[in-house]
Amino acid sequence: MAELRALVAVKRVIDFAVKIRVKPDKTGVVTDGVKHSMNPFCEIAVEEAVRLKEKKLVKEVIAVSCGPVQCQETIRTALAMGADRGIHVEVPAAEADRVGPLQVARVLAKLAEREKVDLVLLGKQAIDDDCNQTGQMTAGLLDWPQGTFASQVTLEGAKLKVEREIDGGLETLRLKLPAVVTTDLRLNEPRYATLPNIMKAKKKKIEVIKASDLGVDLSSKLTVVSVEDPPQRTAGVKVETTEDLVAKLKEVGRI
Amino acid sequence: MSGCRLLMRRVAAVRTCQALVAPRASWRLLRTGPPRRSFAKELFLGKIEKKGVFPFPEVSQDELNEINQFVGLVERFFAEEVDSGKIDREGKIPDDTLEKLKSLGLFGMQVPEAYGGLGLSNTMSTRLGEIVSLDGSIAVTLAAHQALGLKGIVLFGTEAQKAKYLPRLASGEHVAAFCLTEPARNDAASIRSRATLSEDKTHYVLNGSKVWITNGGLAEIFTMFAKTEVVDSDGSVKDRITAFIVERDFGGVTNGKLGDKLGLRGSNICEVHFENTRVPVVNVLGEVGGGFKVAMDVLNSGRFSLGSVVAGMLRKLIELTAEYACERKQFNRKLSEFGLIQEKFSLMAQKAYAMESMSYLTAGMLDHPECPDCSIETAMVKVFSSEGAWQCVSEALQILGGLGYMRDHPHERMLRDARALLFLEGTNEILRMFIALTGLQHAGCVLTPRIKNLKEGRLAIALETITQRMWDTLGRTVDLGLMDDPGVVHPSLGDSVAKLEENVYNFGRTVETLLLRFGKTIVEEQLLMKRVANVLINLYSMTAVLSRASRSIRIGLQDHDHEVLLASTFCAEAYFQNLFSLAQLDKYDPGNLDEQVKKVSRRILEKRTYVCAHPLDRTS
Repeated sequence: MAELRALVAVKRVIDFAVKIRVKPDKTGVVTDGVKHSMNPFCEIAVEEAVRLKEKKLVKEVIAVSCGPVQCQETIRTALAMGADRGIHVEVPAAEADRVGPLQVARVLAKLAEREKVDLVLLGKQAIDDDCNQTGQMTAGLLDWPQGTFASQVTLEGAKLKVEREIDGGLETLRLKLPAVVTTDLRLNEPRYATLPNIMKAKKKKIEVIKASDLGVDLSSKLTVVSVEDPPQRTAGVKVETTEDLVAKLKEVGRI
Repeated sequence: MSGCRLLMRRVAAVRTCQALVAPRASWRLLRTGPPRRSFAKELFLGKIEKKGVFPFPEVSQDELNEINQFVGLVERFFAEEVDSGKIDREGKIPDDTLEKLKSLGLFGMQVPEAYGGLGLSNTMSTRLGEIVSLDGSIAVTLAAHQALGLKGIVLFGTEAQKAKYLPRLASGEHVAAFCLTEPARNDAASIRSRATLSEDKTHYVLNGSKVWITNGGLAEIFTMFAKTEVVDSDGSVKDRITAFIVERDFGGVTNGKLGDKLGLRGSNICEVHFENTRVPVVNVLGEVGGGFKVAMDVLNSGRFSLGSVVAGMLRKLIELTAEYACERKQFNRKLSEFGLIQEKFSLMAQKAYAMESMSYLTAGMLDHPECPDCSIETAMVKVFSSEGAWQCVSEALQILGGLGYMRDHPHERMLRDARALLFLEGTNEILRMFIALTGLQHAGCVLTPRIKNLKEGRLAIALETITQRMWDTLGRTVDLGLMDDPGVVHPSLGDSVAKLEENVYNFGRTVETLLLRFGKTIVEEQLLMKRVANVLINLYSMTAVLSRASRSIRIGLQDHDHEVLLASTFCAEAYFQNLFSLAQLDKYDPGNLDEQVKKVSRRILEKRTYVCAHPLDRTS
């Protein structure tokens, strides 16, 4: 069973602790000079892959990221956590904004086939766009089964038992490998890479390729029209009775 | 004073000091030429040794990427797992935090890679020091373990000793401590601990008591210093200090109880007693009788990391305090609008800028293969940073006023932790004397033939000196070549450079005059040497700041215009301070009140009281 190979996708996002500011031209948020780190859900995905490797259920963990050259820092963090090698699909900084879930899914699908992996792991969503689409689209393109919002993953022979956290409670699925899994918060607690591991990770390889090398078209049919701050919260209005409430709501046109 | 005798001996030891830290072999060049001249020492001759300080040291992009990864990791760990308030309140670093620090690899930063450590260069250790400083107790514990406790083994250990001890010290399985200070006397040269060679010459029997030992209660491995009998080349038997690697397992090692400290309350500082401890002969560190050099080299190399530790702390402090000052209102205006508050922020920023510049400049010097003797530079970084820390944390607390005094805010803890820096690792008073004397001795050696000629009344030399002095008083313009074409400093800093060059020139002249006046007895003139040291510290910080700002402009770093502002403000202030100090070093300066100061203190110390009668007393 230690013949399985896993592909883990990681995304470089603005660090969760940073206060986001919208650019004055409203085309996006300020990213220059702002602290970035690996998407927290992606960390959970890497951790799960590394744990499977430590249990000798997975032979090789490949970390992949799409984006400008700084993505290599994120791949290195994955390597320091225990991934074996990395693939950086380089996208020039100017085009990086237009790369969304569908484009990344196309890349991951092609890579999954090229590397002949049995498991694709991703975080359920990224904390910058909250799309929650990439994993699902990848499974769709590959025509593989998917287990999203995983809170527990167990390998059973050639099948994967995935416990999912859904609104109604917990759902357990059995997927035939190969499969796509997206990770949710309670799946595991990611380890700190240690300083010695960061040093050892330097020796691990990162292959740099372009999307065109995989035959993937990164064009998007979506354009961002504007990015704005959410409206400032205004004060509420207090009313005395239910009749007042209904009257006020009618006044504002809500009912 | 015996303190001064110690200093002369330290100075002697320092002159033979080689490169201070084992560099990362794979990345550092082999030494190919003679060691460079020490920048600080040359200042005493009125010269600026450009090579060592311009341009500002660089690291490769690879190294920078790696160090940024380290930094990201350690920052995250400290933000998520370290509760400094709790450590301070409970007076202890929690065991699991200590374990996590060990598993992260932080106990092996300065152990060479070959022995299981990270083998970080001085520059990289300095960078990580900025993050570790977020908790004072942890910073001090780590520093005592690797910058002091195991450093002796790294610098002076035999292959066998390194292979035996370093791996487990790097992983943190064993913790190290540095045992030098004793209860009876404060100077290292006259310690009382004794190591007697056994009859069969297989081991030493160690007896002694050490105080103020950081990690004393936690350590399994001690770098211990004791007197041994040594037979000199002329056959006489003398007592000399020898360094030993002592394991707690050798037996006879006990601890006193933990001191109840003002600050750094999470650190483990206590007495360590050695009673008939048997130390095998193979555990002698360095040469028998060569312990003094071991001690001085270790202390000198460990000292300068304080610069980045404080700078890192100040950066955080400025952010925290600025948040507060920009939100809080008094008299219907935000605090940040008031001049007296603004002044404090300017002070903190300038000090932090200078500290960072000096730290990385010094680290770059130490990392360079042709590293000169940097003991003065490291001492200067320590003095400047420790005093800057105390001053700035106090001002930041002041901005918060009563709130700063409350334990809910970190300022009071940071103030208590910072106070120790003024006497830790060498009190600032002793270090100032060391800085002044080492430089004066260097200048003395170079100038001795000239001074001798002057004293013997050689006419030509006398005339030359007199004309030189005349030109000086008539106001010569000094040009020491920093603004040459191509200059090493960016033209927009030209004004500050002129001030630096003028100060350096005058300093050289003043040093020559002092040596002429006092000769060897300068050792006794502490108040004069204090001013010499202060001027030198200012000169070094001015140079560091100009070197760094030049680089920032040259490569177009973000916000370099702000750096130019900081640099020129800092240099202007230092310039005027220097003029003041240099003036007071003149023999007939009316502003020099040293004699009166000494008279006042003599009366007080004779009677051991305040002396004056009470203001309400009457005579009848």
